[in-house]
Amino acid sequence: MKVSVVRNILEANEAIAQKNRKLFKEKGLFTINLMSSPGAGKTTLLENTAEALKDKLRMAVIEGDIQSSVDARRIAKKGVQAIQINTDGGCHLDANMIQNVLAHLDLDNLDLLIVENVGNLVCPAEFDIGENVKAMILSVTEGDDKPLKYPVMFRESAVLLINKIDLLPYTNCKINNIKKAALKLNPKIKIFEVSCRTGEGLENWYKWIRQQTKKK
Amino acid sequence: MHELSIAQGILDIIRDEAEKNSIERISAVRLKLGKLTAVEPSSLSFCFELITKGTLAEGARLEIETVPITGRCAQCGREFTLEDPFCNCPVCQGLKIDILTGREFYICEIETDD
Repeated sequence: MKVSVVRNILEANEAIAQKNRKLFKEKGLFTINLMSSPGAGKTTLLENTAEALKDKLRMAVIEGDIQSSVDARRIAKKGVQAIQINTDGGCHLDANMIQNVLAHLDLDNLDLLIVENVGNLVCPAEFDIGENVKAMILSVTEGDDKPLKYPVMFRESAVLLINKIDLLPYTNCKINNIKKAALKLNPKIKIFEVSCRTGEGLENWYKWIRQQTKKK
Repeated sequence: MHELSIAQGILDIIRDEAEKNSIERISAVRLKLGKLTAVEPSSLSFCFELITKGTLAEGARLEIETVPITGRCAQCGREFTLEDPFCNCPVCQGLKIDILTGREFYICEIETDD
């Protein structure tokens, strides 16, 4: 006997993601799911962002890592609340993990929540956590062929930060190749060229965040 | 890398469907998997076999039908299959392609020998 089913395999995750999204909307909160491979500069970007925006916006960070609370401590040092999730081997954050830690946040008194996903250029893009937008970082030291090799994340992200542009003279990376391929996959993707080490280009990212939070 | 949690999701759904339809053993599960998802079929099959041990779906065949990437050229309207997500329109060489299929990931059928 055959039984027709037609059910989305990720439905359990998506149901919780929708709940998270609804809650964020009720609270007027702008949420970003920040993704990249390990070492691209997610935490450094958030340290800079915390410093630049903490007096202008009420913000909090959720840190996702396989192990350790190194990242949450780095963010907390900047004077912003940070909650660490350890996935214990899991390669991405899912909606349920986010739901489980939301009780630790004072959502009524927040404008911006940034979730730093587990460093991984593949899996996090597949799992909705209820965010408003997915943003990703690609650092120039990773090479300009990454959109060709890992298209899903570039397709799903609303924002691409090209980081470590201060290191361009030491690499063979061509920023135009990254931009061309990313725009091909995702014509609406917004691209910022930045260096989280020198601070170059970050003003545009901060400005973009402030515009988004004002819309909420 | 996330195929194990996905296999668990599949098991949860088929358990639920089996209960609704009073099925005691599942012999096959059919699903559609778009080529634009980051799910690796052989890894998923392996995880499915692992996770169904001792359940009503132990030994069940997991039949994965891959859905190709198709798109429509925003310039000339032609619909075509993309070999990879970077193809131009084969007719007018247009660059902007609206993706029509390739993101599917769902169970379409379960089968029982009952």
